[in-house]
Amino acid sequence: MNLATHGSICETLVAMIVSHAAAAGATAVPVAPVAMGWGDVLSQQLITGVSNGMIIALIAIGYTMVYGIIELINFAHGDLCTLGSFLALTLVGALGMEAWAGLGGTAAVITLLICSAIFCGALNWTIDRVAYRPLRGKPKLALLVSAIGCSFILVNIALFWGGLPMDVFGGGNQAAAPKDFPSLISNENLLGAKSAITVTWRDLFVVIVTVPLMIGLTWLVKSTRLGKAMRAVAQNPTAAALMGIDVNRVIGSTFLIGGALGGFASVIYALYNNTISFQMGYRTGMDAFTAAVLGGIGSLPGAVVGGIVIGLVRALSDGYIEARWTNSVVFGILILTLVFRPSGILGAKLREKV
Amino acid sequence: MLKNIASLCLLAFLVTPTLAQGDKPEKVLKIISSLPRTGSANAQTTTMVNGIQLAIDEVHGKIGDYTIVYEDMDDASPQRGNWDPAVEAQNANKAARDERVIAYIGTFNSGASKISMPVLNKAGLLMISPAATYPGLTKPGKGEANEPKIYRPTGKINFFRVVPADDLQGFVAAEWAKDMGVKKVYILDDRELYGKGIANVFEKHAKEIGIEVLGREGIDPKASNFKSLATKIKAAAPDMVYFGGTTQNSAGQIAKDLHTANATPKFMVPDGCFEKAFIEAAGAENVNGSAFITFGGLPADKLTGRGAEFRAAYKKKYNLKENEEPEGYAVYGYEACKVLLDAIPKAKTMDRAGILQAVSETKNYDGALGIWSFDENGDTTNTTMSGNTVENGEFKFVKVLGK
Repeated sequence: MNLATHGSICETLVAMIVSHAAAAGATAVPVAPVAMGWGDVLSQQLITGVSNGMIIALIAIGYTMVYGIIELINFAHGDLCTLGSFLALTLVGALGMEAWAGLGGTAAVITLLICSAIFCGALNWTIDRVAYRPLRGKPKLALLVSAIGCSFILVNIALFWGGLPMDVFGGGNQAAAPKDFPSLISNENLLGAKSAITVTWRDLFVVIVTVPLMIGLTWLVKSTRLGKAMRAVAQNPTAAALMGIDVNRVIGSTFLIGGALGGFASVIYALYNNTISFQMGYRTGMDAFTAAVLGGIGSLPGAVVGGIVIGLVRALSDGYIEARWTNSVVFGILILTLVFRPSGILGAKLREKV
Repeated sequence: MLKNIASLCLLAFLVTPTLAQGDKPEKVLKIISSLPRTGSANAQTTTMVNGIQLAIDEVHGKIGDYTIVYEDMDDASPQRGNWDPAVEAQNANKAARDERVIAYIGTFNSGASKISMPVLNKAGLLMISPAATYPGLTKPGKGEANEPKIYRPTGKINFFRVVPADDLQGFVAAEWAKDMGVKKVYILDDRELYGKGIANVFEKHAKEIGIEVLGREGIDPKASNFKSLATKIKAAAPDMVYFGGTTQNSAGQIAKDLHTANATPKFMVPDGCFEKAFIEAAGAENVNGSAFITFGGLPADKLTGRGAEFRAAYKKKYNLKENEEPEGYAVYGYEACKVLLDAIPKAKTMDRAGILQAVSETKNYDGALGIWSFDENGDTTNTTMSGNTVENGEFKFVKVLGK
C-alpha cells in the first residue's frame, strides 16, 4: 500500500502542474472553488480512498487477528473503537487540548493515540477474559452470541458516555447526537492554497501513523517469541499447549494488540472525520469486517489490502457512480471476489492464519 | 384442581386490565405524543414536549369534568439513533387500542407519519403533527399518485398539521437561493420521505426560476464521511449545495466535509436541521455565515401576539436564561396541543369522533402562530416561513420568506 499512496501523490503533483493555469483566483474565505480537471478529481478521490482505506484496514486487523486465533468474529470490535474515540474526546475536553498550539498540538495527538490504544487494548483484553474465555471449548455459536451481546453493551455505554455534562459533548443533554471532534490537525493544503488538489496534514497523518503500526505488527508476528506463539496457537491450540505455550495468555495478548490497534484507529478516525457518534462503530466495523473477509480473514496482509480496496472502491463509487449505490458496489465486489476466491484475495496463499 | 386454579388465574389476568380501564373511563381524556426521544432529535423533542406540557398546564390539566392525561412516547430506537418504523407502528397500535386516547400528537418525521396514519385512521383517532412536512401526507397531487388516499383507508381525514408543508418550504427555499444570487446548485437528499420530498420541490422550482441544477444525488446517511462526494461537488463548482435531510442523517458531517474541501460557498438545508444539534454536529466554524436554514415558521424570538406570550411563559416555566431560546419547534408542540384543548369544549360528544370533528372545524384560530384555520386537507392556512443563517455558532434570523 506504500506504493499506492506514493503513486497518487505523484499523480497529484503532475496534475497540480497541469492545472496550475486553471487554478488562479482562490485565496481568502469564502474562496471560490478551484476548477478541477478530471485528473485532479481522480487523484483527489484516490487520496481520499487510501486515507479512508487505511483506517478501515487498521480496524480490520483487529477482526482478522481474533478470527485467526480463535475463529471468532468479534462483533464488539467496531464498538470498541467507538469507545476509544469517546475517550479521546473526553481527554480533549478535560485537558483543554484545543488550546494546545504548535508543538503542543502534536503532543496532544500523541497523548490521545497512546491513551486510547492503552484503553482499548485493556478493554478488549477484559472482554476476552470476562465474556469469551469461559466459553472456550464450548460450541462456537455461544461465543458468537456473546460477542453480539458485548457489542450491544458497548454501544449503550457509548450512548451513556455521550451524555456526560461536558462542553465537548454538547453539555450532555443530547447523548445520542453526533459529536463534533475538534480539529487538532491542520486542514491546510500542503500543496498550497491555489492547488486544485488538496492533500492535508490529516491525509498524511493517517499514513504516517498507520504504516509504521502495520510494519511493527508484521515484525511482531513474524519475529518475536510472542508472535511465534500466536502462530502456533492459531495452527493448533492443543499442540501449542502441549509444547508448553500458555494458550490463554497468548489469546489474551492477541486481544490486547488487536484492541490497541483499534484504539489507534479510533483516534485517527476521529481526527480525520471530525465527528464521532455512538453508532459509528457499526458502520466502520461492518466496513472493516468486509475488508477482512475480502482480503482473506485470518490474514494480516489480507486485512490491509482488503481495507485499502474497500476505501478506494467507496471513494470511486461515490465519485463516479452515485453515493446511493456505494454499499451495493462494495458488497457486489465482495460477493464476486468470494465466488472466484472463496478464501479472499490473499487468504489462500497463506498457510498460517496469523 | 391445579388446572382449575390455573384457568382461574388466567381468567383473572384477562379481566383485570379491563376492570382497571373501566374504573373511571368517562372522566379521562388521554393525549399521546410520539416523537423521537433517542437520537440527536431529542433536544428538539424535549422542547416540543415542554410546549405540549405548557399547554396542558395552562388549563390545569382539566377540561370540565375531564382530566387530561398525557403520555410522552418515543418513536426512535437506539439501534437506529433515529425514528424507527417498528417503534412508530407499536406506538400507533398502542394508542389505537387504548379507548381513553383521544389524540395523538406526532410525528416529527414525515416517514413516521406514513406508518402511523393508516393505523390511527382506522381507529378514528385524531392526529396532529407539529413537524411532519412532507406534502403528500395531506395534499392530493403533491406527492405520489395514490397519496394521500393510502393514508386514509376510511376516507375520513384524521391527520392535521400546524406546520406549513414542504411544497411551500422547498418553493421559498429556491426563491431565497435566487435572491442570494445563486446560479448553479448541486442538490443532495437523504433518501427519506421528508428529505427527498423537499429536495424534489426545491429542484423543480429552481429549474423553473432559472437556477441550473448541476447534479442531484441521494446519500448514504450512515457513511463515515462524505469527502469523495465533496470532491465530486467541488469539481462541478456550484454556487450552493442544497441538502434535503435532517441532522440525524448526517447534515452536520456533510456541511463539515463540504467546507473542508472548499467545495461550495453556500450550504442550504431545510427545517429538519433547524436545531442546535446541527450546529454542534457540524462544528460552528464550518457553518458560520455559510449555512442557510429555512424553517416553516418564525424563530421563537420573532413571534408576536400570543406567540410572544407563549415565549415568555415558556422561558419562565423552564427557567431559560435571558439569552436562551426554545428550539424552533417548541411553539408547534404547544400549538398542536393548544388547538386540541381549545376544541374539546366544543365537541358534541366526548369521544374520538366528537373531538376529531371539533378540531377539524377550527377556523380563524387565534393562536401562538397567528390567526389560522385548518383547510379541507387538514393543513394549516399559515404560510409564514423564515430564512436563517448561523452566526457565532447560533442561529440568526435573516428574513421572512414567501408571501
